[in-house]
Amino acid sequence: LRPAATTRMQKISVLLFLVWVCFLFYAGIALFTSGFLLTRLELTNHSSCQEPPGPGPLPWRSQGEPGACWMASRFSRVVLVLIDALRFDFAQPQRSHVPGEPSVSLPFLGKLGSLQRILETQPHHARLYQSKADPPTTTMQRLKALTTGSLPTFIDAGSNFASYAIVEDNLIKQLTSAGRRVVFMGDDTWKDLFPGAFSQAFFFSSFNVRDLHTVDNGIMEHLYPTMDSGEWDVLIAHFLGVDHCGHKHGPHHPEMAKKLSQMDQVIQGIVERLENDTLLVVIGDHGMTKSGDHGGDSELEISAALFLYSPTALFLRAPPEEPEVVPQISLVPTLALLLGLPIPFGNIGEVMAELFSAVEDSQPHSSALAQATALYLNAQQVFRFLHTYSAAAQDLQVEEFHRLNNLFSKASADYLRLLQSPQGAEAALQTVITELQEFLRGVRAMCIESWARFSLVRMAGGAALLAAACFLCLLIAQWATSPGFHLRPLLLIPVAWGLAGVVVCAGLLATTELKLDPVVLGAMAAMGSVLHILWKAWAGWGSKRPLAALLPFPRPVLLLLLIRFAAFFSDSFVVAEARAIRFLLGSLILLLVAQLHWEGKLLPPKLLTIPRFSAQTGPSRHKGTHALGLGVGLLLCIRLAGLFHRCPEETPACHSSPWLSPLASMVGGRAKNLWYGACVGALVALLAAVRLWLRRYGNLKSPEPPVLFVRWGLPLMVLGTAAYWALSSGADEAPPRLRALVTGASVVLPRAVAGLAASGLLLLLWRPVTVLAKATMGAPRMRTVLTPFSGPPTSQADLDYVVPQIYRHMQEEIRGRLERTKSQGPLTVAAYQLGSVYSAAMVTALTLLAFPLLLLHAERISLVFLLLFLQSFLLLHLLAAGIPITTSGPFTVPWQAVSAWALMATQTFYSTGHQPVFPTIHWHAAFVGFPEGHGSSTWLPALLVGANTFASHLLFAVGCPLLLLWPFLCESQGSQKRRQPHGNEAEARVGPEEEEEEPLMEMRLRDAPHHFNVALLQLGLKYLFVLGIQILACALAASILRRHLMVWKVFAPKFIFEAMGFIVSSVGLFLGLALVMRVDGAVSSWFQQLVLAQQR
Amino acid sequence: MKNADIKRLLYTHLLCIFSIILSIFIPSFFLENFSILETHLMWLCICSVFVTAVNLVLYLVVKRYPNPKNISTVHTWGISYVCKWFYFLCLFRLSCNFVLYGAPLIELVLETFLFAVILSTFTTVPCLCLLGPNLKAWLRVFSRNGVTSVWENSLQITTISSFLGTWLGAFPIPLDWERPWQVWPISCTLGATFGYVAGLVISPLWIYWNRKQLTYKNN
Repeated sequence: LRPAATTRMQKISVLLFLVWVCFLFYAGIALFTSGFLLTRLELTNHSSCQEPPGPGPLPWRSQGEPGACWMASRFSRVVLVLIDALRFDFAQPQRSHVPGEPSVSLPFLGKLGSLQRILETQPHHARLYQSKADPPTTTMQRLKALTTGSLPTFIDAGSNFASYAIVEDNLIKQLTSAGRRVVFMGDDTWKDLFPGAFSQAFFFSSFNVRDLHTVDNGIMEHLYPTMDSGEWDVLIAHFLGVDHCGHKHGPHHPEMAKKLSQMDQVIQGIVERLENDTLLVVIGDHGMTKSGDHGGDSELEISAALFLYSPTALFLRAPPEEPEVVPQISLVPTLALLLGLPIPFGNIGEVMAELFSAVEDSQPHSSALAQATALYLNAQQVFRFLHTYSAAAQDLQVEEFHRLNNLFSKASADYLRLLQSPQGAEAALQTVITELQEFLRGVRAMCIESWARFSLVRMAGGAALLAAACFLCLLIAQWATSPGFHLRPLLLIPVAWGLAGVVVCAGLLATTELKLDPVVLGAMAAMGSVLHILWKAWAGWGSKRPLAALLPFPRPVLLLLLIRFAAFFSDSFVVAEARAIRFLLGSLILLLVAQLHWEGKLLPPKLLTIPRFSAQTGPSRHKGTHALGLGVGLLLCIRLAGLFHRCPEETPACHSSPWLSPLASMVGGRAKNLWYGACVGALVALLAAVRLWLRRYGNLKSPEPPVLFVRWGLPLMVLGTAAYWALSSGADEAPPRLRALVTGASVVLPRAVAGLAASGLLLLLWRPVTVLAKATMGAPRMRTVLTPFSGPPTSQADLDYVVPQIYRHMQEEIRGRLERTKSQGPLTVAAYQLGSVYSAAMVTALTLLAFPLLLLHAERISLVFLLLFLQSFLLLHLLAAGIPITTSGPFTVPWQAVSAWALMATQTFYSTGHQPVFPTIHWHAAFVGFPEGHGSSTWLPALLVGANTFASHLLFAVGCPLLLLWPFLCESQGSQKRRQPHGNEAEARVGPEEEEEEPLMEMRLRDAPHHFNVALLQLGLKYLFVLGIQILACALAASILRRHLMVWKVFAPKFIFEAMGFIVSSVGLFLGLALVMRVDGAVSSWFQQLVLAQQR
Repeated sequence: MKNADIKRLLYTHLLCIFSIILSIFIPSFFLENFSILETHLMWLCICSVFVTAVNLVLYLVVKRYPNPKNISTVHTWGISYVCKWFYFLCLFRLSCNFVLYGAPLIELVLETFLFAVILSTFTTVPCLCLLGPNLKAWLRVFSRNGVTSVWENSLQITTISSFLGTWLGAFPIPLDWERPWQVWPISCTLGATFGYVAGLVISPLWIYWNRKQLTYKNN
């Protein structure tokens, strides 16, 4: 007997170790995310004309005038010329050369001559500013900022991921609700952001970065006719040529000069057509680096030009020598008030006070009062926003918030006092203006601090932690096979170090009086715990082992993993990952087959003429062609699964598969019925395959609960799913009197299926032993004896009767085989049973998991699920063909198996119709079983959508232990076949000597419990490593390429999906391993019972 | 014996490379607007014809293939007939493989087929010339310790490097450089050609370098 307590301890420590490694990864991901993905809550509140931003009456000069809202409007019309990537120095007037200095003639300097001319001739009508954009300097984020006046971050929590439409209050929304006609022409990003907001719009595709002219020429075709027609109040023209020229050629290219000159002519033309009530705004949404890229926060990227001009005089003073620097979002409140609109609710920009000085009565006092009024309205609005925001989210700093609160109350009190006594001193007005400005700037600074800054330290720390965790996985997976490997010290010491790390960090934070951040604390704990092991590895390394042992992969697998790693750094490959993954997986499979052939295992030796081959114990011819067939079948499966693909939006030429849509959207009745039949057929085939498999290895006739469930519960689930699909695909065609029934059924059926699956899983956890009984009974000749035995023996009589019989027959069988297969040893026999025990439980669990997940997908995805099971089955067989069977540990799962498994998980993610971008998430999954929606609860729909999105990750991670178990299963399958002819002989034997053969009862994996546990640990670590380098690559790509054009469109979503996938996979892996251990434990106790009964 | 063999191998390989180079330059004298990228399929055909011709001529001249002394004309025709079928079989298999591997099924059938033609020219034709339609020999050559002569060794190397080149050639396809050669199957055929040429260059050198370690059973 083995000491059960020790093995249990070992199992627990294996699981704990995995939890710790997962914790390292999570801490790394969290730390990186907190530095990279800045989040902000989106509020849907709106400002309105009737509702003033603060308590008290609307201030001075705003009542009674027509068209006045919060303030009287100064312009009735605006022309907004948005030149993408118009850097500040593109618009800057060219200085007269200082003699002696070499004259610089760069292609982009001084090309906007019309601006320069206007500034010189009409200094009171025009002004050039250097506007500072907030990072991320990508066009979509900038457009959001330029209309909402906020600081868009990558994830605006609460936003609708299904589309990019802006839900926050914005200028366009205010304009349309005020009845102004907004005409747009240019970049089609606006179409996504403001669907249906424009009275007239000319959109041009912004996709092709290499195309400099389509958008600009399109705009120019429509611009002047539209202006002349006069049917507009606000005209927005978004030119893309400069930006595309930057991306294609860089700013230092003659093409840029041409492009800028063209823009100059456009501006000239507009200026000639301006009327007195019209304001012209020329603005660049961001700048560009020396190489023409943008997205980051370098000086060149964030400095953009802002030019204002009006045919009527705007300014009191002439422009300063050096153009003033203003934040870009200042334009939002300024434009809103100038047009007589309410400032958008979420704006945190500060009005450009200079524009509000009343020019006509030119008294310094009244113009200062006008400025103060605009600022006061702005401050009231910002204050209102701040209060609403801080009530909804906690990410603002508390002390700073209080300080700003006090500042605002003081400033507003001062302002109101001034209003009471209008003849107040000039100085008092100036202090009020300064106070209000200080408040507004303080708010902006606070928001930037919490919303809009990459934290490079955190990003680097997170990436380092991820790398360390990967390295740790590799290291421990290596160590685990060495003899004297003990897990306990490896577990305890890191925990101690981690705790020390937390204490030190908390102490440091407490002494410096900073806020305790759980992310930082967790990261410190992870760092502390991993440092110890790394240090130990460093100390133990140098002398003993060569460095090459650090990379234990076979060379092709290393190459494959490297390619996979590198592919994350190219946006094209991330976009085309669905195809790339299929390619890599196909390569790996071909490689496996070729390797089998190369080693002479694929084909029988008699075909190979060299005599020494026949000396080896080669496999039979059957097995050889079998492996070839497996390879071809796998490729075929992958190819078929590839038919279900959704195209990324970056490749316009590609057409998504029409099979991804639900059946309800199909029109043709006949085709729909055929498809429905095919889907139900897939379900039935899946069920039949699983039952066939179980029947082959075990006996489905056993009356134990999980087996019963497999026999009766699974068909019920299939029935439920089929009925639900029938209802949901034909719900509209139902006759009216049945409608209530249909609605009721579409609520009940999915829940029933999910409930059945859950109860099945619980049954499986409760009595995994029955699987063993079933497996033990698998040999055909034992059926007659064992069928009467059901459930645990209830009485002593039962025990006395049944147990010895089981036992005797097992002995019998074992000895029978032993005598025939002397060369392989007795343990082989046991392995057959064992393998069947563990993997039967795994397969049952996977099937039970797959059905509810299947229900969350569109009907036709069931074919993909069938392919998924089929191809993982084929892959397992193919891998098993290449793995030599070790008789008594250490057991290992080769790297190519683990990598193929991980690749297949990703491949299935794509073939189930997913893409790692937010708009393609299958939102309808949230309504399966909840057709009326969820009310206020958010976690349940999130869970459903998450389960839909990461179904393949979950299934493959749970099924990961099969990689370890399958070779044993295959081997026994072979031996079983050979044995069958002799079956009749064995039945004749009777064997009484139980005591002697007791150790033979141990099965191969169970025979070496230490090796078994270590192998499970190693498998887990290897899988985590393969997933870990993916997430590490994503993190590195996102941080290195944070200035890349595609960072927010490709890399950041990829990182998020990969991180979520990793978390789901690691949880699934943990569950799978725990299930195997649970089965193992149950088997042990079953054996103990048996032995005790025997001894009695 | 061995050194002489290696020398002969080198010369034949140089001839093969020369034929590929010729296939690039000669057609431009006869055809207008000929270039590898724009009239790619044309080049594919010409290149495979050239390489096949050179291989056949070499086979007839050098006659490395173990030929029984008294071989009748009928027998020769028979063999060539079998060879032809074998070739088409390989062609078909390769096409299927590409389709399984992710090549489009229905669109671009001609491209895929011609790609299979050129790849089988690089791999199957030399095999046929050297080994004949003999499946056992083929399987033997492409397994560990299976080669029995310098020629088979070089066959192994060139075939593997052609396939490797094809495999590598598939990588630039998804990139957004928008070059004309980033289209299926141009990059793959170019990869295959480069791989084949590299194999032709490398194999004699490699064999020469490792001639001490290499021991062939039958030599």
